[in-house]
Amino acid sequence: MNIFDVIGPVMIGPSSSHTAGAVRLGKLALAILGEPVKEAVIGLHGSFAQTYKGHGTDLALAAGLQGWATDDARIPKSFEAIHKAGITISFKTINLGDFAHPNSVKFWLTGVNGNTCKVTGASIGGGRVSITNIDDFPVEFSGEFPTLLTMHNDRPGTIALVTSILSTHGVNVAQMRVFRKQKGGLAVMIVETDQPVDDAEMEVIRQLPHIDSVRRIQLV
Amino acid sequence: MDEKLSLQEWIEFAQQKNISFGDLCLDYQAKNLDISQAELLDRMETILEVMEQSIAIGLSGIESMGGLVGGNGKLVEDYRRDHPQESMVGNVMSKAIMIALAVGEANASMGRIVAAPTAGASGTLPAVLFSLFEARDCSRAELAKALVVAGAIGMVIASRASLSGAVGGCQAECGSAGAMAAGAAVELYGGSPEQVGQAVAMTLKNMMGLVCDPVAGLVEVPCVKRNAGAVAVAMVAAEMALAGIKSVIPVDEVIDAMGAVGYAMSGSLKETAQGGIAVSPTGLALANKIFTRP
Repeated sequence: MNIFDVIGPVMIGPSSSHTAGAVRLGKLALAILGEPVKEAVIGLHGSFAQTYKGHGTDLALAAGLQGWATDDARIPKSFEAIHKAGITISFKTINLGDFAHPNSVKFWLTGVNGNTCKVTGASIGGGRVSITNIDDFPVEFSGEFPTLLTMHNDRPGTIALVTSILSTHGVNVAQMRVFRKQKGGLAVMIVETDQPVDDAEMEVIRQLPHIDSVRRIQLV
Repeated sequence: MDEKLSLQEWIEFAQQKNISFGDLCLDYQAKNLDISQAELLDRMETILEVMEQSIAIGLSGIESMGGLVGGNGKLVEDYRRDHPQESMVGNVMSKAIMIALAVGEANASMGRIVAAPTAGASGTLPAVLFSLFEARDCSRAELAKALVVAGAIGMVIASRASLSGAVGGCQAECGSAGAMAAGAAVELYGGSPEQVGQAVAMTLKNMMGLVCDPVAGLVEVPCVKRNAGAVAVAMVAAEMALAGIKSVIPVDEVIDAMGAVGYAMSGSLKETAQGGIAVSPTGLALANKIFTRP
């Protein structure tokens, strides 16, 4: 936490958790999809489902999916922009279970190039957010750090290759976690770094064997 | 979990270095962010500009998302204009009340605000800062430094208790905003580091136990008016601290107690709209009306 987490964010009201956090969750989901959204189905859980209208949570999620910032003055009119851009968006109430954070949302996204992803996240207070699931992989990251997300095949050496590329380019790993469903299957790696990862490094990582996809994610 | 910070420790560091609490915070926070003190002040001045704009939004005649608030800041502005000699709380606090309501209403109508520390409590800090800015005739840089003090206080509260109504009730939101504002006010008045801590402690003690009971779960009723209440408590505490009054209970212990009270508070009183005025007959009727409208 730093001082601008307390004096901030600069945001469109009325709620840091239900509005600003929702913008950020939309923005992270967009980054995870990795291309502009064509179609979005959004499931709202708990308090998000009950009070989204009065908090503009739906408008905020739509704004985030267009890559807008939490203080973008167009947020109250984000639906108009989304329709103009030809994006289909719909909302439904979902139940993610008793253990899910009350301010949780699940996105089913399809991009303009046909990529799809499922992303679940929660707004955990003060505008801070956490992504908790990607394509049925339980994960956990906030987007506060520059974050590298890979989908790769669980093979010996893949993780070492990625981290060695980062280290040779002077990128320090702050935190990293690997998630897999089964031995040798598809796995997800989340690498939070102190320095942003540049285009050239991204391309090198993308060309590595066993890497399915790689995304670069950062909120600010 | 973030490291537990100590306001008392920072106060003692400032005393040892014989500098103001504002200068200590500026030094620490700039180092923490790895930026220069000038850049930190610049960024705070940008935030002050947003705060000023949100005051203007609130006074411009707006309606909130839920339709429960709007126009109250304007009513105080008109009252001040029409009755310039009659304010029972004096010009400075009356102006602060106006700003607190205006920013709270700007927030409730999807206007642009600074969450400080949260959106629901966003009226308190600008109210105290900008009413004193005029009264003290201080510079923007001094105001920016006071904002750094406020932020540092908020960081300590976040690390030892909470800034979230869902975790700690309204005492954690408007109470913390009031404590941050009281510390900033003491700094603007040239108070000592110790007096900053006393103002924080006395504000939190006077806000302790305040529940979060939003009608229909929206950041409207009672949130907007509670910002005005927090302003009054903050100014009373700052005045007492500057007069040399000390909190019997040390500031870090008060913050810890606030956290413990928040933990003990029933879930129905922590932003869930299941207790307090949210379940009053009128509160329930309003919620029903809001959620059944097309």
